[in-house]
Amino acid sequence: MTATEAHIDRATIEAFLYQEARLADENEYDAWEALWTDDATYWVPADAADIDPFASVSVIFDNRNRISTRLNQLRTGKRYAQAPASRMRRLISNIEILGVTDRGDVEVGANFLLIEARARGTQLWGGRTTYHLRRDGNDFKLSYKKVVLVDLDQALPTLGFLI
Amino acid sequence: MTDLLEAMADQSRYSRLIQPDKVHGSLYTAPEIFAEELEKIWYRTWVYVGHESEVAQPNDYVRKTLGLQDVIMTRSEDGAVNLLLNRCAHRGNQVCDDVKGNSKAFRCPYHGWTYRNTGELLGYPYNQGYGGKTRTDLRMGSVPRVASYQGFVFGSFATDGPTLEEHLGAAAGELDRLARLSPEGKIELTAGWLKHRTHANWKLLAENETDGYHPQFVHGSIFSVTGSTIGPLYSDKSTAVVRDLGNGHSENDLRPEFRKFDEPMRWFGTTAERMPDYVAAMRAAHGDAAHQIMVEGGPHVMIFPNLFVAEIQVFNIQPVSVNECIQYSTAVQLKGAGEMNRRMISQSIGSVGPAGMLLADDTEMYERNQRGVEAKLPEWLDISRGLVRERTDENGFTIGAATDEVGMRGFWSHYKELMEA
Repeated sequence: MTATEAHIDRATIEAFLYQEARLADENEYDAWEALWTDDATYWVPADAADIDPFASVSVIFDNRNRISTRLNQLRTGKRYAQAPASRMRRLISNIEILGVTDRGDVEVGANFLLIEARARGTQLWGGRTTYHLRRDGNDFKLSYKKVVLVDLDQALPTLGFLI
Repeated sequence: MTDLLEAMADQSRYSRLIQPDKVHGSLYTAPEIFAEELEKIWYRTWVYVGHESEVAQPNDYVRKTLGLQDVIMTRSEDGAVNLLLNRCAHRGNQVCDDVKGNSKAFRCPYHGWTYRNTGELLGYPYNQGYGGKTRTDLRMGSVPRVASYQGFVFGSFATDGPTLEEHLGAAAGELDRLARLSPEGKIELTAGWLKHRTHANWKLLAENETDGYHPQFVHGSIFSVTGSTIGPLYSDKSTAVVRDLGNGHSENDLRPEFRKFDEPMRWFGTTAERMPDYVAAMRAAHGDAAHQIMVEGGPHVMIFPNLFVAEIQVFNIQPVSVNECIQYSTAVQLKGAGEMNRRMISQSIGSVGPAGMLLADDTEMYERNQRGVEAKLPEWLDISRGLVRERTDENGFTIGAATDEVGMRGFWSHYKELMEA
């Protein structure tokens, strides 16, 4: 990879992350769902970042099928934990390109800070996300997203939105 | 407020606030009632704290809460399970910091006082300040009575009173039913806990756990997108019943519905063919009884005041304040059940906890309910559903139709008894 290619890649990667964040913030369920690959994993561990999700409970551990179920429930308008939907904005920062996975996906790490407002009150969420991005023409698709909340070992309020 | 103050002044105030068909809104909002609940319920009756499998090895420990108190559940070298209060006998500092671990002793970080995992004081630095090792009268506090049933560990701050088995009464049989789903007759709670902060009074949760009226409405969204067969169990046509098990415990008995179908594993949303190893292990362990056990499935029981078993999940409800509590939830693990355990974890992640496709919606209702009852009128919450048709079953328990509020009435009747004691 030349210096110029790396630079372009970084710009494309950042644009993808910002787009994914905006779609989640704005509850754009269809466009957000279209970002995922068919073999996707969407994971929010509980308690510790390194738990085995097959042996311990997680806040979210969705395969592609369950991502669809989660979105379909939201689309009914009667997913009361998100009806009305939260109002949100998140910032993504400290973006690092970490390498390439066995499947050839680009592994990217980034910090995030998210403000969620709803009737319960305004909630601050923060943590670090690991993304696996797969080349799709000139763009990427998301094959893996692991969100490690800074307070993952604490009692969390309802997390009904797309994190 | 005047009404409430008058009621509070009355010796039988809880009889006025809790009537056979309605309960007063202040029961969910008055800080003084919450303070009284801590003393008369949380720090008196048997309260669920943890499970023996969480401290499987000698010297294992895990931090828990009991009401507002930080408790260390330990297994001492002799195998006994202890509930120590996380407080140094010297200056009251928290002795144990780690959430779990394995240790024979705890050392307070403040002045170095050290305790055995039974609470006994082992020593303190610079003992000449006390004229030597003289303070052997001091030790960590512990919950006065600790008992377990099917591995579920309960604590009671009352030094005497009903035994755990007396308290559980008929609800003990529901925990037996849960254990029978294991080919080895044992359950374990080793999959960790989801912790869900809930801005609602704890009683709204306890009441809802066996409320068969809400699922079609609150959970209609997930039932519709997954084609779930749960919905009809809680319909007007369902043959399931809600049963007051006494002592504030209640259950949704779904067995009449599952018996109609007579299909093993339907209760788990699958078929015997898809779970061959589990089904074979159950047949080997239980013989002819296995078929019925696998048809009837797990219990759906609320054990007063804070243990809820929802077929394959266990919930521990702990209060924080009059309008806040924490729901701890985990997937049941059945000893010797192999593949089944993994599926129970996966199903639980989908259903419960802060992002659960079932429980997050229940929790939204609890929080809306808490905001609702802050309104002063009409003062009362109605719990009369099914009074017109409740009846006594062959064992003398009050039962109602699947969507009736029999469980709530049982909860409140026991609550009143404890609060007026």
